[in-house]
Amino acid sequence: MIHLSQIGSYFLMLREVFKKPTKWRIMKTLILKEIDELVYSSLGIIIFISFFIGAVVTIQTALNLSNPLIPKNLIGFATRQSVILEFAPTFVSIIMAGKVGSYITSSIGTMRVTEQIDALEVMGVNALNYLVFPKIIAMLFYPFAIAISMYVGIFGGWLAGVFGGFLTSADFITGLTLDFIPFHIAYAFIKTLIFAMIIATVPSFHGFYMKGGALEVGKASTTSFVWTSVVIIILNYILTQLLLG
Amino acid sequence: MIEVNDIHKSFGDSHVLKGITATFEKGKTNLVIGQSGSGKTVFLKCLLGLFTPEKGYISYDGKIYSKLSDDEKRNLRQEMGMVFQGSALFDSMTVAGNVQFPLEMFTKQSKSEMEHRVDDVLKRVNLIDAHHKFPSEISGGMQKRVAIARAIVMNPKYLFCDEPNSGLDPKTAIVIDDLIKEITEEYDIVTVINTHDMNSVMQIGEKILFLKNGFKEWEGTKHEIFKTDNEAVTSFVYSSDLFKKVRQMYIEERN
Repeated sequence: MIHLSQIGSYFLMLREVFKKPTKWRIMKTLILKEIDELVYSSLGIIIFISFFIGAVVTIQTALNLSNPLIPKNLIGFATRQSVILEFAPTFVSIIMAGKVGSYITSSIGTMRVTEQIDALEVMGVNALNYLVFPKIIAMLFYPFAIAISMYVGIFGGWLAGVFGGFLTSADFITGLTLDFIPFHIAYAFIKTLIFAMIIATVPSFHGFYMKGGALEVGKASTTSFVWTSVVIIILNYILTQLLLG
Repeated sequence: MIEVNDIHKSFGDSHVLKGITATFEKGKTNLVIGQSGSGKTVFLKCLLGLFTPEKGYISYDGKIYSKLSDDEKRNLRQEMGMVFQGSALFDSMTVAGNVQFPLEMFTKQSKSEMEHRVDDVLKRVNLIDAHHKFPSEISGGMQKRVAIARAIVMNPKYLFCDEPNSGLDPKTAIVIDDLIKEITEEYDIVTVINTHDMNSVMQIGEKILFLKNGFKEWEGTKHEIFKTDNEAVTSFVYSSDLFKKVRQMYIEERN
């Protein structure tokens, strides 16, 4: 029952986010700040993780394809499919649920604890619109980060495959282009956009409605990470079934 | 003028406010006192419109809050200034940014007009040098003064303060009390202060409301509080040795 009530509160919060908008002059600054904090500042960790995971996927695939009858270019194919379909949109989103999500929950939660949200409400500001809406808009730029993740992941796979002596560059590139279905890219970006909304709103919900002090801010961050990850995993299954099944 | 008429507020099974009636007048510092858990904060949050009473009503210069539309409520809130217990300054903004925030949100003033107004109010609270500092870089007393500046920048009709002296040394507390009193008289506004600081009561208590267990136990002025025989009030006021001695001296003087 508590979870049902929380889901209801979450959707009521979403409705409030779009009510009584903040002045564009102020909102513009807030959006740019959030793009910097949520997306741009995450690029470093996204590139780092993508590069090495792409490399590991290639090495693991190469080591498991020991049958001489299986062409080497399948390593490139497997790397492409793994990175584009699952690793970049889903795995990176779960990492972002930890990095960006905990930042969102703790920053909004601290504002709640220190009465800054009360101060906004007393002034007559729609605190949800002021705090959450810029994050939602900023996360619309998240697919650009995922595109970079896809590119770097495949590049990492190529580097590890070729320089590790598992296959030739030509084989890898042949594998990359093998049976390419453009809709897979669309599928990946549809997922990414939906996950972006989840990463912006679920942690905001946990921060905005938290009660207590500093200890509870920490607890809310942990809970928000757990719930954001759970929602991403469940939605990943549903979207895959709907779009590819 | 703010009129509070028989308001009740509960949270689940806990009945916090049990029918409070009061009137707060313009140009006067009205103090709400009482022990922790007496319902002071809930009462103040009802006055601010953050909590809705289940019964009774609150009217601001004749406008009954519960009967206003959402837009009218928002407009009324822009006529309210609030000084929070912990100052509640936005820590991502400078002192000037904090004070300018309500102007940016609700007025169409140009940048120079806003800066001029911010300078004026910061001068009023003697903080002109702290313009570009962040809240974390200034003392607790200065933070309170910034909060007061932010609360008055829009020329409010009503000023609410939740324990404005908490965490301050006695000397700074007096400075803050005096500042609130001066501003109340200068701007001719209705000021309601939540406190359990007896020094504030003695310093600026033009009208005092004593709450106990969600009821209004006593009402009077700072002069009357010395003379009252109400047991709940005297046990609260004279809980410290210092005030016991003050009362003794007062009685001796009178005799």
